[in-house]
Amino acid sequence: MTTPAAPSPAPAFTAESPAAPSRAAAWRIAVEEAVLPTVVALLIALVAGDLLILVFGQQPGAVWRLLLDGTWGNAYGFGQVLYKTTTLIFTGLAVSMGMRAGLFNIGAESQLAAGGFGAAVAGLFLAPALPAPLALVVCLTSAALAGGAVGAIPGALKARFGAHEVIVTIMLNFVVLALLNWVVAARLHVPETLHTPEFTVGRIARLSRMVPAFQGSAANLTLVVALAAALLVWRHLFRTRRGYELRAAGLQPLAAEYGGVHVPGVWMRAMTMSGALAGLGGVNFVSGYKGYYEDGFAGGAGFLGIAVALVGRNHPAGVVLAALFFATLAQGGLAIHALVPKQMVEVLQGIVILAVATAVPEVRRLLRQVVRRPS
Amino acid sequence: MRITDFLLQMLRIAVPYLLAASGGVLAERAGIISLTLEGFMLLGAFTAALGSFYSGSPWVGVLCGVAGGLALALVHATASVRYRADQVVSGIAINLLAVGITRFFLRFAFDSSSNSPRLEAGFGTMAGGSVFMGVVRNPLVWMGLLAAPVVAFVVSRTPFGLRLRAVGEHPEAAASLGVGVPGVRVIAVALSGMLAGLGGVYLALDQHQFSDQMTAGRGFIALAAVIFGRWDPLRAGLACLLFAAAETLQIQLQGAQVIPSQFVEMIPYLLTIVALAGVVGRAVPPAALGRSEV
Amino acid sequence: MTESGMRNAETGGQSPAIRMNGIDKSFGAVRANRAATLEVRRGDIHALVGENGAGKSTLMRILSGMLSCDAGTIEVDGRDVTGWTTARAIAAGVGMVHQHFMLVPRLTVAENVVLGREPVRAGGALLDRARAVHDVRAISERTGLVVPADRRVSELSVGEAQRVEILKALFRGARLLILDEPTAVLSPPEVQDLWAVLRRLRADGSTIVLITHKLDEVMAISDLITVMRAGRTVERLTTAATTPAAIARAMVGRDVALSPAPLPAQPVARGSIAIAPVNVTDVQELARALHPPPPAVRAPDAALPGVVAALEVRDLVVDGPRHPRAVDGVSFTISPGEILGIAGVEGNGQTELVDAIAGLRTPSSGSVFLLGGRDVARLDVRTRADRGLAHIPEDRHQRGLILDFPVADNLVLGQQHLFTAGGVLDRHRIDAHARDLIAAFDIRPGDPGLPARALSGGNQQKIVIAREMGGGRAFHVLLASQPTRGVDVGAIEFIHARLLEARAAGKAILLVSAELPEILALSDRVAVMYRGRIAAVFARHDASAEVLGPYMTGAAGSQAA
Repeated sequence: MTTPAAPSPAPAFTAESPAAPSRAAAWRIAVEEAVLPTVVALLIALVAGDLLILVFGQQPGAVWRLLLDGTWGNAYGFGQVLYKTTTLIFTGLAVSMGMRAGLFNIGAESQLAAGGFGAAVAGLFLAPALPAPLALVVCLTSAALAGGAVGAIPGALKARFGAHEVIVTIMLNFVVLALLNWVVAARLHVPETLHTPEFTVGRIARLSRMVPAFQGSAANLTLVVALAAALLVWRHLFRTRRGYELRAAGLQPLAAEYGGVHVPGVWMRAMTMSGALAGLGGVNFVSGYKGYYEDGFAGGAGFLGIAVALVGRNHPAGVVLAALFFATLAQGGLAIHALVPKQMVEVLQGIVILAVATAVPEVRRLLRQVVRRPS
Repeated sequence: MRITDFLLQMLRIAVPYLLAASGGVLAERAGIISLTLEGFMLLGAFTAALGSFYSGSPWVGVLCGVAGGLALALVHATASVRYRADQVVSGIAINLLAVGITRFFLRFAFDSSSNSPRLEAGFGTMAGGSVFMGVVRNPLVWMGLLAAPVVAFVVSRTPFGLRLRAVGEHPEAAASLGVGVPGVRVIAVALSGMLAGLGGVYLALDQHQFSDQMTAGRGFIALAAVIFGRWDPLRAGLACLLFAAAETLQIQLQGAQVIPSQFVEMIPYLLTIVALAGVVGRAVPPAALGRSEV
Repeated sequence: MTESGMRNAETGGQSPAIRMNGIDKSFGAVRANRAATLEVRRGDIHALVGENGAGKSTLMRILSGMLSCDAGTIEVDGRDVTGWTTARAIAAGVGMVHQHFMLVPRLTVAENVVLGREPVRAGGALLDRARAVHDVRAISERTGLVVPADRRVSELSVGEAQRVEILKALFRGARLLILDEPTAVLSPPEVQDLWAVLRRLRADGSTIVLITHKLDEVMAISDLITVMRAGRTVERLTTAATTPAAIARAMVGRDVALSPAPLPAQPVARGSIAIAPVNVTDVQELARALHPPPPAVRAPDAALPGVVAALEVRDLVVDGPRHPRAVDGVSFTISPGEILGIAGVEGNGQTELVDAIAGLRTPSSGSVFLLGGRDVARLDVRTRADRGLAHIPEDRHQRGLILDFPVADNLVLGQQHLFTAGGVLDRHRIDAHARDLIAAFDIRPGDPGLPARALSGGNQQKIVIAREMGGGRAFHVLLASQPTRGVDVGAIEFIHARLLEARAAGKAILLVSAELPEILALSDRVAVMYRGRIAAVFARHDASAEVLGPYMTGAAGSQAA
């Protein structure tokens, strides 16, 4: 059938669709749905923070000012924020990638650790004569492969047996972390420590080499890799066929199946990519900062990736911003430690997540109610 | 007697698992995912330490610990039942909150970032050098042993248990008969918070102090036991004993270096994954597990 | 109370068991009930009949308190109960047995029955399981509803499960029992058992409302009949004084295309989107206006001689998740330029048949041939689509659309690989494609960036139709499953016109619809599906509601294919 060259005759029906929203209105609703929960959550967190500060007998204003000064107020602090942002971008992207495919990857923590281990192994065993760019590529690949392998397991178990990925990834976290602990403790550690020997091949330069003001901070060029990864994830999700199919499978698996998508295959790929992204995050600490793998370096950044993805609404741009926010909070904890225990920010993180998770369905329901009511 | 030593050691390890897993069975059978056991336990341990420290009575510690687990459980229930938040996200947040709150108030109350002072009022499992007497005289050990049978009884023999099972399997059917689905779920989560909190109490009062992150993943081992026990309270209890036995074995063999301890640590988690994948008879969760919308 | 008391006095103390008046109920743009009325005498078995979507279930859900009505009044035993809740309805002795069972599979029969109203002992602390079992057995004996009380529901047959549903209502003291399509899942002997139970309940003084569209059942069991059509109550008949033909006429409307008389031809220009002139409001009229003359008389169950069948299905067997052999050895062929209509009560294997042809369900045995090529029955969805199979799925919200995707993206679903260059989506082509189809199919609002969720049902369905049939899509065979379900009249006309246009362009169409008038208006041949088999095939001019009815309800029919 072809489309007519001449204007089509008047349509045979006159029924107006009852509530035809304009595109602008639909867009506004989408933005409100995305932004409102976060705003609500931040307000709640601010109030909760005030209360905790008051409990400790300090002035909220002074503490918040100190938090800002110690993070965005000086180059070192900001460098540390950027360093922490880098890891969180990766784990946030990892969780988002799973979410977009309809899967909840709680395994970013161990995928991150595995990726760091992969980078370290590459760095330790590569020939020192290898040209630096090539060595870097090998290290990054090794990190992505290690993380991807850990992600592929729950993907395969889900695709093959229907095993719930939430529980499998949780349980796998413990298995993988114990395994890494054993490998390092039994084979690779420097005596008296729980880290591998330092390596020189495939290292990533600190930002302070380019911007001297960052002197002393751990921020390094992995940040560029993270931003590139965000861009690539965006392109994959929204500009490629595989991404189209991944999002389709995540939103409506039955419709995706109807559209010729092999949904278990999507699960497999999405979890592998998710794990690979988290794994790349390990490079930040291992190749960009310390130059060795250390047991426990992930330190909860994998779990925080869930918060980053949630607040970032599973969109790469949102993930980058949310990573910056949670990194600021984490670094800010150190800044305010003189007045209030730094653990305050851990409480605030929990409250933000809880508030966003609670506000998302609630805001959506309220907005839809408002829309449905004729104005 | 090596065998009694072994059994006593196993029991000491198993008590917090038994308490938390019994709570986990209740919540999961009502359809609420129990990622939160770790957080409930941790806060329970902390508030127990506070109560015991300031009152000098272990029983006040018990009450405070149960109240701590309950409080956090009510936060989780409010988010995931009343506001239909994603149970997994809420669960992660609850665990983060528990870590943050205990650390913050550890500084606030005891000005330490690692542990509370020694609690003189505790329920140890050592009494005058005898592990046996210590275990026998510790009321929390008995509570742990009774938890699984009691929960099994409640689930299978009481009206509440029937409603709990119905709500976790087919909330629409339960609602169509006038069963208040949200109410049943809130009560189930609250009970799981109290039981897991009691598990935390045991840890704090047995070790005579609270230390940062002292639960060390025990809540997740309890969750593994729930799943490995196929959501049946008695089988979950047996899974707890099995996991505890493996740990005991590892501790007793430590000198011999037969198996690296890390591999023993993996056992509960690996078994759970195997059970979920259904290699040997599939573990089928309650049909409505994790569904917040009703 | 005073008011109802007065009304009681007026009716001589003999208020009816149910009196519903002027019931309106809308779901969004769909008006399920329009000023519907129902009056049921106490102690009767009252049949509520009508086609799918006539509004019967909605009316009964309102009566049982599950839904609230937008307007109208409800009286039960002369008492105004408008707007009551499920709990109050149950307390007042109104019980509803749903078409889709509300049973907890892992609980036992007795547990399911007593749930929410458990017998207790030890001061309410313990569940009295012995009494639960005893109570269930007692009701079983009284009514003849025999079920193993201590067995798990997951182990029961469908018929037994239904008995548990009825037991649940009786355990709660129901004196007024509403059964929604109770026989849809039953075998003939089970149906007889059910009738025996219902007669026994009636003899005990219970009132029963039976929702059905099977006329033989209506005649066999009911005392009075209320007929609904398009949300309205159209007729109230006394069973003893009526005939199945009269009920059928009331169900589908008097002006149905019951007569197979040849219709005037009106050639439809190929490749145009010429739609019939405006002001046509009657679907049948439109179809008549557009329907080309029926093909030459030939054996009804064979394709045109000498022409390669566009679609051939041979001995297809599909096992469904709940029903083994949901499709039980189905064979047919469709020629190019032919519409084969599948009539039948829903749930007789139509969904599984279409899914298996489309590649969404793997058949247990049998073959599917496209254009005389190799068997495609085990190929994946995409390969079949690429070989010329288009599919309008039955459930557009679950399968046909990704509601949160923009209209433009929905318009390439299933063809996404054709709008890709080197793995990257060609946005320009997707957008141009969307603009073309939106214009050609008049999808409103015409913004390709709007999520499909924001469109009305009719416009959503037009997205599906446009994607499957428009824009130069090279297809030979179209599976059209419930193509006009839940859309407004204007869109129905539009969709019918497109189907006939595709037929004129030489496409083979398998049309599955629960709307008998739709089948009769569009099909060249009509096959009736019953219990997974094709019970009969008729040429269009031999088919009518009266002829098809007995086959649809299993009252007649060989197992011929």
